[in-house]
Amino acid sequence: MQWQLRGDRPIYQQLMEQLTEQIVSGQLGAGDKVPPVRELAAEAGVNPNTMQRALADLEREGLMYTNRTSGRYVTEDREMIAKIREQIASDRITEFLAGMSQLGFSEQEIVALLEKRRGEVLLHGTEE
Amino acid sequence: MEQKNELVVCSGLTKVYGSLTALDHLDLTLERGRFVGLLGPNGSGKTTAIKLLNGLIQPTEGTVQIDGEVPGVHTHNAVSYLPDRAYLNDWMKVCDLLDFFSDFYADFDKVKANDMLAALEISPLARLKTLSKGTKEKVQLILTMSRRAQLYLLDEPIGGVDPAARDYILNTILSNYSENASVLLSTHLIADIERVLDEVVFLKNGVMTLHESVDMIREEHGKSVDMLFREVFAC
Repeated sequence: MQWQLRGDRPIYQQLMEQLTEQIVSGQLGAGDKVPPVRELAAEAGVNPNTMQRALADLEREGLMYTNRTSGRYVTEDREMIAKIREQIASDRITEFLAGMSQLGFSEQEIVALLEKRRGEVLLHGTEE
Repeated sequence: MEQKNELVVCSGLTKVYGSLTALDHLDLTLERGRFVGLLGPNGSGKTTAIKLLNGLIQPTEGTVQIDGEVPGVHTHNAVSYLPDRAYLNDWMKVCDLLDFFSDFYADFDKVKANDMLAALEISPLARLKTLSKGTKEKVQLILTMSRRAQLYLLDEPIGGVDPAARDYILNTILSNYSENASVLLSTHLIADIERVLDEVVFLKNGVMTLHESVDMIREEHGKSVDMLFREVFAC
């Protein structure tokens, strides 16, 4: 797992986002056991208190739960995971569209570019 | 015996050297289980504060308590201190130093020390004076972190260490302090360490200007501690 932390935002938020991404992408599957706090903290190179806070907040959001005897798990609620996945996708699309419109592309142009890209991908595969 | 959550309590802590007030009425409480950065430009009172916590110098005014006691015999057991300069006899071999420390400190964990030496590829048979400056610093830090103390006072522990070893050392510090111990670390290398800190203390001309959690700083100011530091202490 690659952890990327930027300077300008709270670290626990970035950890939450990246853990959420691991869950929606299936790297951490529904119902999987979450590695121990200290292990995750060491991997990300952050303070265990900060990792603990990120995990506690994900619990509060319902993406994880703690079983008192056996540790922390990813939620079994696949519907919820799917919903969050869609939400992230929709946020990214909004961001992408905003960036394109800043470059002066109209919606039709953007769609045309995407269509063109899809044609290329079908021909050559996903490699650039 | 029940442990109090407050590990360090300074109130009105002041140190005056002649006409210079090195530390000016410091009121600071540190809880257990925290990793705290003591940050400030040169001559801001960082080392003075650490020496006062350690009992190496006596306050001109005010008090300091560690684990409920003024610095003395009990706190020497509770505190593991890394000075900002080399203090070990450099004719000694690294393995002799380990023996030396285990004679001195009941809480010294020799196995842990040897593990860390191995991870940093430092030979226990090497004489200290044959080692480079950075490697000497690593040895000192390993000795300091191999004690099971309640408070680690680290004065500029990573200044002379290369960036790759810096990461290893920070992770070592992180994984070695237990849940009811705290680390107070002074440094200028804020960008390198801020991801591992819980909270920071800013000192300016002996006065504490800020004591805040790292994530609060990022949330409130939208910038890293390093950027904030550069702003606050711009020359």
